[in-house]
Amino acid sequence: MEIFEAISTKINYWVYIVIMMIGLYAMIAKNNMIKKLIGMSIFQTAIILFYVSIGVKEGATIPILYHDQVHGAHDDHHEADTSHGENGVVESHATDIHINPDEFTNPLVHVLMLTAIVVGVSTLGVGLAITQKLHREYGSIEEHEILELIKSGK
Amino acid sequence: MIWIFDSIILIFLVVTAIISLQVKDLLSAAMIFGVYSFLMCLLWAGMAAVDVAFTEAAVGAGVSAVFLIATVLRTSRRSSD
Repeated sequence: MEIFEAISTKINYWVYIVIMMIGLYAMIAKNNMIKKLIGMSIFQTAIILFYVSIGVKEGATIPILYHDQVHGAHDDHHEADTSHGENGVVESHATDIHINPDEFTNPLVHVLMLTAIVVGVSTLGVGLAITQKLHREYGSIEEHEILELIKSGK
Repeated sequence: MIWIFDSIILIFLVVTAIISLQVKDLLSAAMIFGVYSFLMCLLWAGMAAVDVAFTEAAVGAGVSAVFLIATVLRTSRRSSD
């Protein structure tokens, strides 16, 4: 039962390892260049899955402030200011905006992973351009055929 | 309930990753890789990372699939493995 709980509560991390190893296997063992590049993309998305899984909290929502969470607190501040102004007591309620960080997922990893997605599609584009160049040069996109052609002096 | 949703998507993720690497037709591999990316996008929307989700839907699934299909059409469609 403990093993079942260890797998079910951290299933994202288990699947992340499986997907990353599938991508690594494809990068190493596949002969076709396009298959290698698909494997590379799967590898990259697996790492992004790992990072996004870190930022998830139980029962948390998307990291966007609602209108009343910002402006409602501001209105309270204004009313409190006028009521206390008669007594000559000036109090700052700027810290009264109640935002509980447990209600939101951690947005830091999301920002980092946005960059990682764009870098991933860039590397895929460069790799596919090299694949097209190889096909124009050697007439094949299979690694072993290209190596044979290079070894035999073309 | 969201746990079941995540688990189903994660199982389909592994299945589509394996199929897209095993299928001999490269155009099918590109399309199944698009399915993989959209499943990843659904998973991130479920994990409250909506900005990552729609970037993945636009860039990861859309542009990557177009790049792969363009390369497959300009080179050869059959794969040896």
